[in-house]
Amino acid sequence: MILSKILKNGFLILVASLVLSACATQKTTTTMGQMQGDVYTGTDSVEYLASGVPDRVFFATNETVLTTASRETLRKQAAWLRKNSGVNVVLEGHADERGTREYNLALGERRANSAKDYLMTYGISSDRISVLSYGKERPVDSGSNPLAWSKNRRSVTVKAN
Amino acid sequence: MLFRYLLLLLILLPVKSFALIEVDITRGNLSPLPIAVSPLSIDEKSRENFKKILKKENIGSEISAIVENNLKQSGLFNPLNKDAFLQNADIANLKPRFEDWNLIKAQALITGKVTLVDEKLRVEFRLWDVLAGKEMVALAFTTVPSNWRRVGHIITDKVYERLTGESGYFDTRIIYVAEEGPKTKRIKKLAIMDQDGFNNKFLTLGNELVLTPRFNPTNQMVTYLSYFRNLPRVYLLDIETGMQEVVGDFPGMTFAPRFSPDGKKIIMSFAKDGNSDIYTMDLENRIVERITNHPSIDTSPSYSPDGKYITFNSDRSKHQQIYVMNSNGKNVKRISFGNGLYGTPVWSPRGDLIAFTKLHKGKFYIGVMRADGTGERLLTENFYQEAPSWSPNGRVLIFYRETKTNSAGEGFSAKLWSIDLTGYNEKLVKTETDASDPSWSSLLSN
Repeated sequence: MILSKILKNGFLILVASLVLSACATQKTTTTMGQMQGDVYTGTDSVEYLASGVPDRVFFATNETVLTTASRETLRKQAAWLRKNSGVNVVLEGHADERGTREYNLALGERRANSAKDYLMTYGISSDRISVLSYGKERPVDSGSNPLAWSKNRRSVTVKAN
Repeated sequence: MLFRYLLLLLILLPVKSFALIEVDITRGNLSPLPIAVSPLSIDEKSRENFKKILKKENIGSEISAIVENNLKQSGLFNPLNKDAFLQNADIANLKPRFEDWNLIKAQALITGKVTLVDEKLRVEFRLWDVLAGKEMVALAFTTVPSNWRRVGHIITDKVYERLTGESGYFDTRIIYVAEEGPKTKRIKKLAIMDQDGFNNKFLTLGNELVLTPRFNPTNQMVTYLSYFRNLPRVYLLDIETGMQEVVGDFPGMTFAPRFSPDGKKIIMSFAKDGNSDIYTMDLENRIVERITNHPSIDTSPSYSPDGKYITFNSDRSKHQQIYVMNSNGKNVKRISFGNGLYGTPVWSPRGDLIAFTKLHKGKFYIGVMRADGTGERLLTENFYQEAPSWSPNGRVLIFYRETKTNSAGEGFSAKLWSIDLTGYNEKLVKTETDASDPSWSSLLSN
């Protein structure tokens, strides 16, 4: 519903909804059930390392903590990595466009590392994981709206070999 | 055209004939100074020779046009229409008839002459106070003909300096990131151009992502971030020779580089295990020093011009804010306390102000505050813009702005803009491609 308003009224509404989503205490499910709070829960951009093993986890605005859903995804990745011990991975951390370039590079690095830490607690050696931050340089969705931003705040696990 | 009426001129023309024109660039709201830029006169033989060498019909007029454009872009001057000029360039250069120039309301007049002497371009020019009937500047210099655009910039700098009492910023270059392609697969190249957009050159091919180039304030070296081999690292590039090298040997991502004011160190962030701190590397002895040691993100460092302090942004108070510390990392103080987030602090070359990007309620602002955090002033507001860089005289900021035609992200473009410290004279800086991350060089002729 918010999305259709954005499309109709452009940036004015966009700014208003942004203020809502930026407020930490506001927990609303929005945008056709694809976001919880402002964390993306859809499958639009998601690819799979193997059947049932999603390649990415999503974050709230300016946050680096893993959601329950993210931890579940990472446990699946860890299980898959344990089975495929020859595979090394790069965790690519990303931020949305609403931040300064350099801060977002640091934020992407921190997001990828929170995914890395979680994989390590599930038995994956740090030797098999490298981390690469793209900041806001490689969005998957070029839109300027809360849904697009939520898809872009992510850490993606990519096979390195 | 609004800026013309808002601009910042204070013209002092007392009755005494030795009192000459001055332009006050510290304030807003006055009208630009009417100035006549008479074409540089040129003898027939020189004109023919320059035409052969430079493929320009009349190099005298071409150089004058550069001066005129610079003066106009500054917002401080109103170059008058040449059609109204009553005196020919060659005669005006010898002895201006001030009544004629007064008649067309010129308050200042630039005249000059260009000749080819021993394969060199020789230029002489004069700045005149029309009402007082006095010469204010007279200067001659010689250079290789291919430098003809710089001749126009140097003349502008001398005129600006004489009329405002401050050094100019016209004989300078901008290094920036040229962009093309969709936002999801943006191709970025390092590029460099003269301050007025001419002589554009690409320095990298676009095979790897490059970000945040910054000039060494003392020479033509540049530091920037490259994703060469998918390893984001700070590089040092000599733009004269094309030689480049990785800065330091860090086991992880280095980013957000800048030079120290003496050009001898690079200050940057190093990210490891989810934490970014600030480090310096001495370019002579390669010694690396850790400046901050804090579990928060510390990045975007910038030295004060005396090298004694560093401003940076950090989220140690939960959200991104601006801090100042001693150059050894001691005595960290938060200076931004307004609503919203603050980033990209960059110290003015004059030392008095710090320019920044502010994010508040979904808008981005470019602003300035004093080094103690007081006197915050927002210069420009937009949906998305960031990364101010100072002109070498600390009077103008260049930054980049992204625009889209709708929230779906269509019609995306990124362009460079400049704005005066006063908040007036906001202007698009023309670039061949989309552009971001501008950095202004020091004066080349210094």
